[in-house]
Amino acid sequence: MKTTLKSVVLGSALLGVTASSLLAHRAWILPSTSILSGESPWVCFDAAISNDLFFPNHHAMGTEAIKVTSPSGKEVEKQFEKDGHIRSSFEIQLEEKGTYLISRHRLGYFASWQEDGEQQRWRGDLEEFKSEGLAEKEGIQLIESDSKTVTYVTNGAPDIKALEPTGKGLEIKFDESHPNDLFTGEEVAFTFLLDGQPAEDVEVFIVKGNDRFRDTGNEIEGTTTSEGKFTFTVEEAGRYWITASSSVDAGEYEGAPKQRRSSYTATVEVLPL
Amino acid sequence: MKNTLLFSLSGMAVSLAGDYELSIEIPSLDVSEYHRPYVAAWIEDDSRDHVMDLALWYEMAKKNGHGEKWLKDIRKWWRVSGRSLEFPVEGFSGPTQPPGTHTVSLKDYLAKLPAAPDKVYKLYVEASREVGGREMLAIPFTWDGETLTVKADEPVQGKNELGEISVQPSQS
Repeated sequence: MKTTLKSVVLGSALLGVTASSLLAHRAWILPSTSILSGESPWVCFDAAISNDLFFPNHHAMGTEAIKVTSPSGKEVEKQFEKDGHIRSSFEIQLEEKGTYLISRHRLGYFASWQEDGEQQRWRGDLEEFKSEGLAEKEGIQLIESDSKTVTYVTNGAPDIKALEPTGKGLEIKFDESHPNDLFTGEEVAFTFLLDGQPAEDVEVFIVKGNDRFRDTGNEIEGTTTSEGKFTFTVEEAGRYWITASSSVDAGEYEGAPKQRRSSYTATVEVLPL
Repeated sequence: MKNTLLFSLSGMAVSLAGDYELSIEIPSLDVSEYHRPYVAAWIEDDSRDHVMDLALWYEMAKKNGHGEKWLKDIRKWWRVSGRSLEFPVEGFSGPTQPPGTHTVSLKDYLAKLPAAPDKVYKLYVEASREVGGREMLAIPFTWDGETLTVKADEPVQGKNELGEISVQPSQS
């Protein structure tokens, strides 16, 4: 698996204008630290949709849809929850040892078509799509967008019980590298799954945080192998934003061609060795 | 293989039958806010697998395990050993130490270290200081079951958080 350093915006050619609004901003959940020790330590999170990583400058993410799963699979209560204008925040206490998953899952529908020579855009749910008769529009294209935004924190030794794939949408199976055990100069290998199966040609895009303090993104970009594998190595310690997406034809809805776009976005820390 | 004069003494120390000690120098630092460093020492084999812990100095007397909160800052040790341990650990842990040279007897540890004259083990010392820095040093050595031979050309000397670290036949 090779990675390239092109500065191409992910997926723009794949999905056309309609989906570009989905990609214009970056969603992230950022832990204050991802590796903890001691008795029931606390960790806090910022969550936002912004342009710069990891600086809130556009929209708060909203804490309501963010779910925290403990190593044993329990839902953990978020505390000190706050939704501001440009940033959401909360804290959790890690009473168990192992790896916690912090995740937000969204499912939405987007459509585009031509009308009087102009591109029209729409978002809503499938019922509305049907009742508004959008399937009849010229050049109609319907996109189902299934997106996950996640991060992980570990108290003590990392494990993967809370990170087991659900078999739905785009996910990572952590069978080689653990997201809370990443170090500079060491190869990271992730296996991407779509609906539980290894997913080929998933576009993966990795950016280091603090991008507003440099002129170029220095992104890592590439696609997964036929086994769904993506490997990369980073030389600089820091926080990284990883986003992966795939787009597949998903038949028709009410006669309109439907595409399914799945994305998985994660924030990880890479420590200096 | 060259050894320093100090370390070549170990070759004469066969009769001591594994009675060695580790010296760790904690430098005295002129800083506005000083806290004694957390220090860990351990041995890895030539596959870079952790073999055994030798020392852990941290604020173990703090109530409710609050001193354990910063153990993850001994970053490399936390990865290879600490994160899998239950605290407090018996045997090799102790309180933080002031600036100066401190010794750790290796006798009991070497007794458990597999003899492997062709293998180069590494003895690591890592220090992490609150509101300060972090530094890690390593002493490569071989162990034939009786004699420990250091495989370093020069004394192993830190720059920031550690002074000199060395292994020699026990002085006491």
